[in-house]
Amino acid sequence: MSDQQKILEEVTGSEYKFGFTTDVEMEVAPAGLTEDTIRFISAKKEEPAYFLEWRLKAFRHWKKMTEPHWGYFKYDPIDYQVQSYYAAPKQMPKKASMDEVDPEVRKTFEKLGISLQEQKRLSGVAVDAVFDSVSVGTTFQKQLRDVGVIFCSMSEAIREHPDLIQKYLGSVVPYSDNFFAALNSAVFSDGSFAYVPKGVHCPMELSTYFRMNAQNTGQFERTLIIADEGAYVSYLEGCTAPMRDKNQLHAAVVELIALDRGEVKYSTVQNWFPGDKDGKGGVFNFVTKRGLCAGHHSRISWTQVETGSAITWKYPSVILKGDHSHGEFYSVAVTNNHQQADTGTKMQHLGKNCKSRIVAKTISAGKSNSSYRGLVRVAKNADNARNYTQCDSLLVGDKCGAHTFPYIEVKNKSAQVEHEATTSKIGEDQIFYCNQRGIGTEEAVSLIVNGYCREVLNQLPMEFAVEAQKLLSVSLEGSVG
Amino acid sequence: MSMLIINELHASIEEREILKGISLTVNPGEVHAIMGPNGSGKSTLASVLAGRETYEVTSGSVAFDGKDLLDMAPEERAREGMFLAFQYPVEIPGVSTTNFLKTAVNEKRKAVGLAPLDAVQFMKMMKEKMSLVQIDQTLLSRSLNEGFSGGEKKRNEIFQMAMLEPRLGILDETDSGLDIDALRLVANGVNKLRNKDNAFVVITHYQRLLEYIVPDFVHVMYNGRLVKSGGKELALELEDKGYDWIKEEAHEMA
Ligand SMILES: Nc1ncnc2c1ncn2[C@@H]1O[C@H](COP(=O)(O)OP(=O)(O)OP(=O)(O)O)[C@@H](O)[C@H]1O
Ligand SMILES: [Mg+2]
Repeated sequence: MSDQQKILEEVTGSEYKFGFTTDVEMEVAPAGLTEDTIRFISAKKEEPAYFLEWRLKAFRHWKKMTEPHWGYFKYDPIDYQVQSYYAAPKQMPKKASMDEVDPEVRKTFEKLGISLQEQKRLSGVAVDAVFDSVSVGTTFQKQLRDVGVIFCSMSEAIREHPDLIQKYLGSVVPYSDNFFAALNSAVFSDGSFAYVPKGVHCPMELSTYFRMNAQNTGQFERTLIIADEGAYVSYLEGCTAPMRDKNQLHAAVVELIALDRGEVKYSTVQNWFPGDKDGKGGVFNFVTKRGLCAGHHSRISWTQVETGSAITWKYPSVILKGDHSHGEFYSVAVTNNHQQADTGTKMQHLGKNCKSRIVAKTISAGKSNSSYRGLVRVAKNADNARNYTQCDSLLVGDKCGAHTFPYIEVKNKSAQVEHEATTSKIGEDQIFYCNQRGIGTEEAVSLIVNGYCREVLNQLPMEFAVEAQKLLSVSLEGSVG
Repeated sequence: MSMLIINELHASIEEREILKGISLTVNPGEVHAIMGPNGSGKSTLASVLAGRETYEVTSGSVAFDGKDLLDMAPEERAREGMFLAFQYPVEIPGVSTTNFLKTAVNEKRKAVGLAPLDAVQFMKMMKEKMSLVQIDQTLLSRSLNEGFSGGEKKRNEIFQMAMLEPRLGILDETDSGLDIDALRLVANGVNKLRNKDNAFVVITHYQRLLEYIVPDFVHVMYNGRLVKSGGKELALELEDKGYDWIKEEAHEMA
């Protein structure tokens, strides 16, 4: 075995840095999934009756569906009856006071670099912190409310803003959309809600940090973000989970809506526990994310840095309904060890003169598999649709795989759809060049990978771009020689 | 003490011997030129010294400042002050020269226990060295070597050398592809970097470069061996007569 290969094998054994657990008194629903489970969740959240009805409808629909298996990955069947669907710390703040948050929970977030004390927070970023099934606090709510922005947990929104919820929740991703969306609609426990009113440029970044802690509990969050006419909001989501040797299920639904000239920028840094070196444990991440450019000249942009999860099944999409709307998808997906990711996007052109742009970068190391799956669809009446797609794969070592599944369906002759794809390896000559300048191999890989992802990382808000860069290096630690 | 002592160095690639017993001593303050026909092993020698793994050293030794060079990883050699200006510099998309050098300079500082330079100190150093080789800021902000012209790549190598201030600089055909003005700039840059503590090994096909960077010794490599050594006038003789007479001499000796 050459030295290069040796280092390569060593690297693929990097440790997950967020794998600690928190010891806190929890209230956990009994394992299993029945209508009673859903009633239990709904009651815990003190939801209005209309909402319970909606959940039950979703559940009945879900029971008739089957788990999709067209993704490019393999896993043992999931038993939906052995896990719990609700877990929450017993000590919860009654109102918006952060002082009442269980100190252990607060410490957990501090350890993750998320301070719930507003004075300590980076100014310019409001955080909703979700611990297992519940939101434990949202910062800067008052400052936001002063300009008319609503930013709160989904549970609070369901109670306090039923009009907006009834109008928009499920309007982009109906519960019947797919198996995991139906499951989520039935059992979701919390998530974030943001509404930016007409003409308001949201004065700070909004963000949600999801922490999965409890054992044998799935996390099903639900997020809804609305930019009203001429409004702008930038939102960031981050997530981590402890190391557990059993797989944990995460099935989220995110809906974005942009009305006339409204704009939503959504960024994700996904770092759920990826499983250990041998592929044991890790989060199953089945996510439905979709944005609707409902109004003319509206914009929705997804940026994701995906480094975690044992399995990722995720296609943040944009429906370009309003004329002159723009949809963007920027993605970096890193897989290492035994991780499997099947991710991409859908751009659905319905309105006229709409543009979409897709830049997808996958990086595979170890024995992992990474796939890009994308669909660009141009409807019959979508005149002058423009799409540009670029998908690049970077292989690190020779035991991993990268796959590309681009689908293009064009029903309008005026469409211009461009697709570019490349596959490359980190070259031995590139690494040697760096080595020759005194840069060690690990540092060289991180430099090359960050360079390769530059275009996507540039889309992230500043503070997070730095974090994401570090994360990329950590995920690939030891993966090359 | 000699800076570099190469003793009977043999190296091969895929069972094929390329370096067939090289011996060379370089002292601080010296400039050595290595000339020789295409394929004779000049770049191979440079790569072996820099620690490229594709070549297998089968016998011989190399001491660099008294340390066993062949025992060190390529990055350690670099941090000890060995610099190779590549004949074919590699592209690194998305990484600017500035960013690349910031990493390199700080890695080198870290190795000797110095704190990393902050942005201000680093920019100051950049400015100084930029004027030395007269390189443009816009070039340094672009992805390293991506889409650079042949001459720009070479000039960028010399700029990197200026930034890293090596003890031993090995220039592999840095002059090829340069126009006359660029050649002069590069040579001037090297001359300004020259001092009594460092040394250069200049690989070239043309005596023209040696008019600017005047060597103390000229060696001729042929078929994996240094078959002839002399002063700077040897370069003129080669320019005049070509390599045939050297080849003949070498065959007679063998
Ligand atoms: N990676 C390699 N694989 C196979 N052969 C190689 C490799 N590198 C060098 N060689 C061979 O070794 C010999 C010496 O090559 P080298 O590049 O050192 O010559 P050079 O003296 O630098 O030539 P030039 O003046 O053309 O740059 C050549 O025959 C070359 O084909
Ligand atoms: Mg050569």
